[in-house]
Parts: sequence; structure tokens; C-alpha cells
Amino acid sequence: MIDTNITWSGHVFNILREAGVKQIAYVPDAGHTDLINLSIKDNDLIQVPLTTEEEGVAVLAGAWLGGQKGVLLMQSSGVGNVINMLSVADECRFPLLMIVTMRGEWGEFNPWQVPMGQATEKVLEAMKVIVLRAYTPFDVAETVQAAAKLAFGAGRKVAVLISQKIIGQKDWQK
Amino acid sequence: MAGRSEGTLDRREVVAHILKARGTSLLVTGLGAPTWDAAAAGDNPNNFYLWGGMGGAVSVGLGLALAQPDRRVLVLTGDGEMLMGLGSLATVGIQKPKNLAVCVIDNQRYGETGMQETATFFGVDLSAIAQGAGFLNALTIRDQDDLALAIRDIFVTPGPVFVAVKVKPMDYPMVLPEKDGLELKHRFRAQILGARKEI
Amino acid sequence: MSDYSLKRREVVHRILENRGDAAVITGIGNASHDVASAGDNSLNMYLFGVMGGAVMTAFGVAIAQPNRRVLVITGDGELLAGIGSLATVGVERPDNLSIIVIDNQAYGATGGQLTHTAAGVDLVGIAKASGIKRSELLQSWEDVERCVGEIYGGEGPFFGVVKVSSAQEPRVNVPNDGTLTARRFRGAISLSEPA
Repeated sequence: MIDTNITWSGHVFNILREAGVKQIAYVPDAGHTDLINLSIKDNDLIQVPLTTEEEGVAVLAGAWLGGQKGVLLMQSSGVGNVINMLSVADECRFPLLMIVTMRGEWGEFNPWQVPMGQATEKVLEAMKVIVLRAYTPFDVAETVQAAAKLAFGAGRKVAVLISQKIIGQKDWQK
Repeated sequence: MAGRSEGTLDRREVVAHILKARGTSLLVTGLGAPTWDAAAAGDNPNNFYLWGGMGGAVSVGLGLALAQPDRRVLVLTGDGEMLMGLGSLATVGIQKPKNLAVCVIDNQRYGETGMQETATFFGVDLSAIAQGAGFLNALTIRDQDDLALAIRDIFVTPGPVFVAVKVKPMDYPMVLPEKDGLELKHRFRAQILGARKEI
Repeated sequence: MSDYSLKRREVVHRILENRGDAAVITGIGNASHDVASAGDNSLNMYLFGVMGGAVMTAFGVAIAQPNRRVLVITGDGELLAGIGSLATVGVERPDNLSIIVIDNQAYGATGGQLTHTAAGVDLVGIAKASGIKRSELLQSWEDVERCVGEIYGGEGPFFGVVKVSSAQEPRVNVPNDGTLTARRFRGAISLSEPA
């Protein structure tokens, strides 16, 4: 049941907790601010701030080897940094849940964000990552929930791409 | 820039010496020669060998160390692999897992691709970088006596610990462990998680 | 975490006063705004993407233009994303490359999350260990004044980390058309070939 009194970040946070996620690895993005701040307040979670995104793929491989689940938060530009490291997750079939805030697509003002933003989905799919998209704030929680099941239940690499359309509306219904 | 002095230690002997003292420690190896070195010292279900993901060994060790805080975790990797993921030292440095040690077998070469010199040959100091990145203990080993003393740092001293061991730039026969990633993952998780492995 | 008193704009403007015909490469984020706010210049190449790529972009310019001073002005988050580039610089050691890191200890552009430098990562130590001997921490205006000479001269690359206040500065208009700034930059370099 979706509680309309909290933001989509709040819903995503609850879903990650319910899925048993323990390690939150991230390179910050404005769109992830609320989610990161929520995780910092939760003493049961381990935050792993990264210097670049490919570290996160490897950290979550180690987490799974050690019996923990994790999530990797990043901006779409960071997807370009993870490509070769995804081969480790692919070859060992490590579950991998990534939540990607999109740039370079909906109403982008910075031309330099466009090449990677436009390539994000294709590049992920080239590495056999299942891509699920959320286009409205109302879709995000449900999409992350489905992605978490695919990742941890079916042992797959899954990325949820959160549309840039949503990011400007972080505080919907607050 | 002039090259520094070469290492004199024998990498296979170094790794065998270190791993003899491992007890129940968990081991993650970086791709290439450190994986062959660890396999040459004897396969072990507590080993997870990386055959790819260059630059990721320390990060895999970090995720594992955070997930298994009561087990000692050792990352054994090479200088080329380490140089590709230097940022991960800072990521470990701020996380400061007490149970993580990183050991770089530094032959100052990209051994798998034709022995081209790496940045360490030209003086880049990995243990000083680790120290700058926030490792509590970071040292460079050049002889057998220091190596004997470093065993305690690798397996006992509160981490994160970083040890670079300067070894001879020499080719050794490849000793190949299991390379099926799925198999390696299953046996590793079965060994340390037992019945809990389906979490 | 302690905050610092130096103001990033004032520091960048002071450094750029002495630039002459130096080329300036800026890292993504606030550093681009700091540099542009001192006045646009054809010898500025502003990066709006490639997080972690500023040092190597400048390194390429420095190798191609050995008689020209090349400055990188970037942030701590951007540098951390490409920290290995310090080792690449430390091996080649171009005399004409100066790297200035404006360290506010936060990812300013994405909500002010703390970076690794806030938790004690020592960029100067890492730069020294990477083979950049002239590596300095600048925490006061005196440090800035003392280092201006170092930035534009001396042997081997210079690396400076300026600890600045985490206060956000207003955005300015930075030319973000890469095809334009790249062409303009190449034109400016061929037109003002230093002696």
C-alpha cells in the first residue's frame, strides 16, 4: 500500500529495507539526496560513498559473497564508468540492483550530459542488465520493488532508470 | 623519469609464506599473476579469484569485509590492478574496516601483457598513497625479514592495513584455479554462509 | 567536520590574475563557475562532463604545448573520481602543468554530500606519493599568495589543494557548447603562441 504522505524517496527507502538491503553504495546525485539522507539516519545500514561508480559494482559483489544485499545509487553519467566491472557480476551471476537518476534526456540544459544519457539504456543492455524505467513519481516505488525481486530473487543485474522528469519534483505531495 | 630499484623477493615464495599464516581468513585475488600465485599456494574454498574486473579487487574485499566483520579479509593483487582502482583505497580509507588487509605483489610490471613497466616502476609509491587515502597501517616490504614481521599486520593488526611487497619482475608458470565464476561464488558462499546461503 | 574561511571565488580570481597566456581546464561543477566568474577567456576549456577527466585533459594539453603553462582548476569530488591520473602525471612530470583543487569537502553540485576529503583523505599526501613532489595544502590567504609563484613556475608539476568554505556561490553563465569552446581554445592557442 502506497502511503501518499511520503516522497518517492521515502517509498524506495522502505522497499530497500523490506528487501533486506544492508549496504548502500553511491556516488552522489541531486536526485538521490533524500534517499542517501534517509539511509544515513538508519543505523542498521552501511553507507559506502564511492569515488567512482565501478567500485560500487565490485563492493556489492563482495557484499553478496559475504551474505549481504546492497544497492548502487548513481547518476546516468556514472553508468559509463561501470561497464567492464559489470562483467564480474555477469560471469558470477551476482545479484545487482542499481538505481540510476537520469540526466541528458528530459529537459536537459547541459549538452555534455546528453551523450551518456542517451546511451545509458543501450550500454546497460549490451552488458545484459535488465532495464526498468520509471517515468512518474508514482511509478518509482513499484519499479524498484520489481527490480529488487528480479535482482535478489532471480539473481539478475537490474537497473531502475528514474526519469529526469521526476527529479525536479523530488518533493511531490510532501 | 628514472626507474627505481627492482624488487628481489620471489613472488611465489612471498604469497606461499603469507598464505601459510592465513588460518580461516577470506581471500580475494586480483586478476592475473596474484590469482596464479594464490592457486600455486594451494586452492582453498575461502578463496575468491577474480578473472576480470581490473581495478575492482579492493572494492570486492571491502564489500566482503563489511558483510563479514568477524572474519579477516585479505585482498591479494598486483600493482597494475591496484593502479587501475586507486580511488578504492580512499573508499576503504573513510570506511576503515578493521578486518581488511590489502597486499599488493608489486613487480612494477604489467606481467600478463608483456612486462611493460607500471607507474610503480617510475616511483609511484602505493603504500604512501594508501596512507594518504586513510589506511591506518601502510608499509612497503623489500626483504624476507620485513615480510616475516608483516605477517602479523596482514592477519592481526586492526585494519585497514596496506602492504606492498616488492618482488622480482619475473615470469612464472601459470597455475590456473577454477575459472567458472558461478562455481567460485557458490563454493565461497557455501563455505562461509553454510545453510544461510540462500539469503 | 571543520569549515574553512577561504572563499573559493576569491582564491580562483587571485590565481587567475597572474595567468598571462596560460591555458585553463576546469573540472565539472563549481570550479567551472569559479573560473568563468573571473571573466570568460578563449584559453579556458570548461568541462561539463567526464567526471574524473580534468587532470588528464590538461595533461594532454601540457604535453602538446610544452612552452605554455597549463592549469587545471577542479574540485575534490572530481579529482577523486580520477585519482589515478595523479600517478600518470607523476610518471611523466610535465614542468608546465599545475593542478589546483578547490576542496570544499562536499559534492556541491549535487546536494552537498560530504566527499572523502571530509573524512580525512589526504589529497596532498596522495599526490606526493604519486610522484608530484611540489604538492601543497593551502589553508590561508598567505598560503595562496605564497603559492601563486609556484603555480606559474618551478620544476615539475605543481599540485595544490585549497581548503575553502563549503558555502555555495551563485551560478554564472559558463559557455557550455563544447564544440565552440574547443574550437575557440585551439584558435587561441595558435594565435598566441608563447615565445
